[in-house]
Amino acid sequence: MIGIEHFLVVSAILFVMGVLGIFLNRKNVIIILMAIELILLSVNINLVAFSAYLGDLTGQIFAMFVLCVAAAEAAIGLAILVIYFRGRGTIAVDDINRMKG
Amino acid sequence: MIQLIAFYIFASVVIAAAAMVIFSRNPVHSVLWLIVAFFSSAGLMILVGAEFIAMLLVIVYVGAVAVLFLFVVMMLDIDFAELRAGFAQNLPLGLLLAILLVCELILGIGAYRAGAVELGVPLAGPASVNDQMPNIQAIGALLYSKYIFLFETAGLILLVSMVGAIVLTHRPGTGTRGQNIGRQVRRRPQDAVRNTQPGVGEGVEL
Repeated sequence: MIGIEHFLVVSAILFVMGVLGIFLNRKNVIIILMAIELILLSVNINLVAFSAYLGDLTGQIFAMFVLCVAAAEAAIGLAILVIYFRGRGTIAVDDINRMKG
Repeated sequence: MIQLIAFYIFASVVIAAAAMVIFSRNPVHSVLWLIVAFFSSAGLMILVGAEFIAMLLVIVYVGAVAVLFLFVVMMLDIDFAELRAGFAQNLPLGLLLAILLVCELILGIGAYRAGAVELGVPLAGPASVNDQMPNIQAIGALLYSKYIFLFETAGLILLVSMVGAIVLTHRPGTGTRGQNIGRQVRRRPQDAVRNTQPGVGEGVEL
């Protein structure tokens, strides 16, 4: 029988995949943004699993808000990426240090 | 039995797709694997009866966010081989940290299952799941009553992010001519209009 811990383990592995993606592709901002999406997806799986486990719909409502924030973050992040690419011609994160003040 | 099979299929596809997202060489493939991951996690959510969130995931993530990623990846002309230069160098440390993190998380889940903390008491409040109501109806009833301000705030966040994205990427003054009101007002009829009476077969000198 599937218990909540199955879902929690899947979500934990997904979260770690996201963190690993940020670690491994430290130069490529697009992959970093996708890894952040994976992390938020794992949070959503967690919220929905607990919502089903506790019989409480609040978890699903909050999953919706997390989704909304994830969409906003992706839009803004990609917009910043596009203007950064226009100015520099590359998206290597290593040399993004022009924004200090 | 069928739930077990479905769960394991969805879970393994989610994890495999997530691995492909971070390990694939081409970012376009990464985006496509991201779509696979979202689809199968929507399947996971349907398994526990959260149909609305699952549909939202498919519509918002697959329909909007993944397509946005795809547009940006294809729009920017980037040498991706150069960007992967530090990959092998970061791999050992990253894997070590990842294994550490996943051990910690699974340890936490095990401790939770051992019953050390009392979280698993089902609520009997207004947000409890009602068997008579379908999932979407119950979410709607909750969202538009108890969480109405949070809902409006979410809308505001999306609006601000939309305005922000437009403002950030907007390039003013290329190819469009703005209205010059001072010049319009200064213009007199005697400068702009001329009466001529050309003869037959002759043109008008402009």
